[in-house]
Order: sequence, then C-alpha cells, then structure tokens
Amino acid sequence: MGSLTLNTIRKSFGPIEVLRGIDLDVADGEFVVFVGPSGCGKSTLLRVIAGLEDATSGQVVIDGEAMDGVPPAKRGIAMVFQSYALYPHLKVRDNMALGLKQAGGSASEIKARVAEASTMLSLGDYLDRRPAELSGGQRQRVAIGRAIVRHPKLFLFDEPLSNLDAALRVNTRIEIARLHRELKATMIYVTHDQVEAMTLADKIVVLNGGRVEQIGAPMELYNRPANRFVAGFIGSPKMNFVEADRLGRRDAAAIGVRPEHIAVDPQAGEWRGRVLHAEHLGADTVLFVDCERIGTMAVRLFGEHRYRADDVLHLTPDPKRLYRFAPDGATLSEPLASEAPAA
Amino acid sequence: MSRATSSLPRTIAAHTILIAYTAIALFPVLLIVVNAFKTRKAIFRAPMALPDAESFSLEGFRTVLSQGDFTAYFQNSLIVTVVSIALVLLFGAMAAFALSEYRFRGSRLTGLYLALGIMIPIRLGTIAILQEMVATGLVNTLTALILVYTAQGLPLSVFILSEFMSQVSDDLKNAGRIDGLSEYRIFFRLVLPLVRPAMATVAVFTMIPIWNDLWFPLILAPSEATKTVTLGAQMFIGQFVTNWNAVLAALSLAIVPVMILYLLFSRQLIRGITSGAVK
Repeated sequence: MGSLTLNTIRKSFGPIEVLRGIDLDVADGEFVVFVGPSGCGKSTLLRVIAGLEDATSGQVVIDGEAMDGVPPAKRGIAMVFQSYALYPHLKVRDNMALGLKQAGGSASEIKARVAEASTMLSLGDYLDRRPAELSGGQRQRVAIGRAIVRHPKLFLFDEPLSNLDAALRVNTRIEIARLHRELKATMIYVTHDQVEAMTLADKIVVLNGGRVEQIGAPMELYNRPANRFVAGFIGSPKMNFVEADRLGRRDAAAIGVRPEHIAVDPQAGEWRGRVLHAEHLGADTVLFVDCERIGTMAVRLFGEHRYRADDVLHLTPDPKRLYRFAPDGATLSEPLASEAPAA
Repeated sequence: MSRATSSLPRTIAAHTILIAYTAIALFPVLLIVVNAFKTRKAIFRAPMALPDAESFSLEGFRTVLSQGDFTAYFQNSLIVTVVSIALVLLFGAMAAFALSEYRFRGSRLTGLYLALGIMIPIRLGTIAILQEMVATGLVNTLTALILVYTAQGLPLSVFILSEFMSQVSDDLKNAGRIDGLSEYRIFFRLVLPLVRPAMATVAVFTMIPIWNDLWFPLILAPSEATKTVTLGAQMFIGQFVTNWNAVLAALSLAIVPVMILYLLFSRQLIRGITSGAVK
C-alpha cells in the first residue's frame, strides 16, 4: 500500500501554465525525488498530490483511489515543509499528536505513536518544549516526527533540508534515508539540489518548465541523459558543452563531456588551454581551463594535483564518454561505454 | 569605527526632539489634570500653577459624581468602545484572512472597495446614517453607536491585517490543512495568534477615536440613558456659564479607562515584537 499514479496533471495560474501534463507511476515503497531548477513546477506538483492545490485537469490516484475532491487530511499523506511549519503555540508532543487527535484516534494509541516516533528520531527529551526552544535541526526532526506519527501511505517532503546548514544537511539526509529503509514507506521528495536527489532516490524525476524531462534511477540519468538539459543538470561540476562545428564535427549540434571524463597532460593532448582557476578540494581538484576556440572547460581530477592558474595544459576527452546532442537538445545516441560504472 | 547610533551629538539631538515632542503632546493633558484639582478661582488666577494647600480642591470631582449619572456614562462609553473594538477586530481579521488567503473572482476589487473607507470620512454620511437609524428604530441606543463605529473602524483594520496575514507562512496553514484542521481553526488557532501585534495596533487606532467621539453620540444617542462620557462632560459647558471644575474633572476621569485599555494592548504589542525578534 502506498502507490501513486499521476494522469496528465495540468495546472495553470491564470494564463501561466505551471504544469504541462505530468504522467508518473510510483510503486509502493519507492523513494522518488522531483528535481529541477527553481520555477520548474516541482513544488506545485507536490501540492497537487497533497491536495493543497487543485489540478486544472488530470487525476491523482493514491493506492488505486482517485483523489478528486478529497481533502488533504483524508488522502493518507503526510508532508514535511521547508520552513518546518510547526505550530508555534503547541509543545513538541502536541505538534506531533494534533493530526491524530483531529482524526479521532484514541488517547492511548496517540501516546504510543508519539512515543514510537520520538524514539525513532531521538526526540524523547524535547517532547515538552515549544518549537521556539529548539534548534533548526531539532525542529526539522519534529516536523518529520509529525509526519511519521500519522502512518501515512505517502510521505511528501518539500525541500526539507534547504534551511539547514551544510553539516546538518548531510546528517538529516542520512537520517531520511534510514527512515525510508526502516518504514519501507513510499516517499516523494522535492529538491533543487541534485546531490540530495542522487543520494536519496530510487527514482529521479527531472522537471523543467512544467514538463518531465526524464525519469530514471540516479545512475541511469548520469550515464544516459535523455537530453542536454538532464545532462547539464545531473553531475557536478556540470557537463561541458561544445558546439559541434567548433570541433569540425557534423554528426551533432553539440558535444557534451563530463569534467571527470577529461584527461590532462602538460605536453600533448587534443585541446590546448590555459588554466583560469584551480579549486583544490583534497579528494579532487577542479580546473577551469580556457581552451580558446572551444571555450572554458571544467575538468575534474581525482586526488591532489599541483596545477595552478596560468599553467598551460592539454585536455583529452574520453572518446567513449562523449555525448552528442541534436539541435533540439535530445541525446543522439548513447555513448559507447554507457554501461560502464562511473570511474 | 564610529557607529551612528552611539555618536553623542546625535543622541542629544534625538533626545531633544523626542523630549520636546513629548512635552508638547503632554502639556494640554497635564493642564487638564492639574487644574481639575484646583478651586475655580485658582484655575483662573494661575492656570499654570500646581495645586497647593490653599488652592487644592476636589469640588469638580464632587460635582461630576453628584450631578448626572457619570458611572452610567462611563459604562456606556466602555460598552460602546469594547464591543466596537471586538467587532472590528473579529470582522476585520476575517475579511483580511479571506482577502489574503483565498483567490476568488473580484478579490482585488473587494479589497480596494474595503480600503476606500479609509479615505472617505464616515461623517459625510451622517444624515443618511441618522435616517437609517430612525427608520430602524435604533436612535438612542448603544447598538446604533456600535454599528457606526464598527463600520468606521473596519477599513483600516482590514487594510492593516491583510498586510500582516499575507506574511503568515503558507506552510503553516498547509500543515494545518494536512492535519485536518478546518479553515476556522486554522484562522483562530494558527493565524490569529501570529498577527496579535497587528491586532493590538488596530485596537489602539480604533479605540481612541471611538472613545473621544462627540459627533455620533450627540446625533444618534443623546438620551440620558445612552450618553457617553464625552457627551456627558458637555453638560457642564453652558451657553453663558461653564463649570470648569467639573469639565476638567470629567475629562481627567475620562482619561483613565482608555489609558488602561491602551496599556493592555500596548503590552501585547511589545510582547509580540520581542517574541518575533528572538525566534
């Protein structure tokens, strides 16, 4: 229990079409991440699933039941918001219990469920505090606890980590992944951060301009992007694109190569260039190289390297990992070595 | 590094201006209160002097408390003010919530129409209001005053509150919806507590003109049973003789309840501001 089907969801605000026909199937227990740039409609889509917005047309089906006109509280969902959205006047315990109380659960059952959720999230010591007395990370855990308590068919997360600092973000990400394993629940997660998408998802839905660009497992999107948008969106630093005529090629409109698939040599190579900027991160080194004719290329080398700005280098892309894109952006054919795991 | 806030000349200048303003604003009030405690002769001989052993007198207060039914006048004023504020806050907040929360056809036009009341003084409609009150038999009732004052206070209230309501987090309201709260509970339990400082502001802005108003009580409810304090104080002002002791004493007394109300609301106001700052 906990499947979701979207049938051609459209949503317009006045003349502005935010969602342009979204179809999606989510199986029970799957972790699906909606990812895309801001304004792509991912949050609106989540709100439509939650019933907080009505779709202009199309249908949301949860567990085989059409959700037309069903209010959010009756859809068997729980949602975690970016701004936590805890009730400021209620204690942590009551924040978590409110939904169950509204649904008319018995006092003993509510108590048991709150206890279960607070153990899971180690919130036991904070149950009698108010949200104002908690840190950001604790507040987000309470928000997640409020969702768990409801035993929903579907968890909805709306950019839950964007308000946390970097260290806490990693911890909470791991915690969410653990919860998904423990609860075996279906989760829909919205983010603009591709790292969160890649690390958490069973299945990523890349959205852009109200349309689905591609649906697939993280490595599938990385190795076989359907088009130039997905290729550029997944992977960091992003894929280098070169207009094909600058390379004298006629078989595509643009050529793409990921920064990690370029080899560097001071003496000889395919493209000669001068280092504009070098980022030394320890585990890897990112170089931005100005290759006159073809533009600036990002190169990602593993481990430590001594290259500095103004060094002259020669770059050689891995020919098996070149992507070719048609004028409309679609990927022309898969690179030869697309099955190979990331180096 | 010089900080603008701690520069001495600036501090002195700011304080001078503030003290001067306070003095100018408080002077008439002080004059009323001081002279209320003096004999009639002393009021005219030395209006600025503080009451001393010779000139001290409670004659004015005695007159006020013995002549006319001032307790009833106070009661009338309080009933009218408190009920009007309550209605203004309730309906104003509800309208503001509807305007800021729901998208519906003509919502902007409705908002504009409601805001128009800020610019057009309600007194322009006095004759029509009086005719309506006569037709509905509400002349000489407190209800008449409450209705008029509610109408008078609503535009500003809707305007200020809808500004604040649109700042209340959508996520919070949506969290309430997912937890199954009705729109009424979302409004009363989640949104209203968060806009409390704004409500206090509206209450203060609404309260003062109502308490001080002479116009509508004089026209709509001049009967003995429905007189307000401001109207009651007028009976000591005669065409030929004015009982200054009594007028000043009545006005001094009239300051007290409104001051208490103000203190109540301003406390809310300050609490609201600080609680927002430490979050």
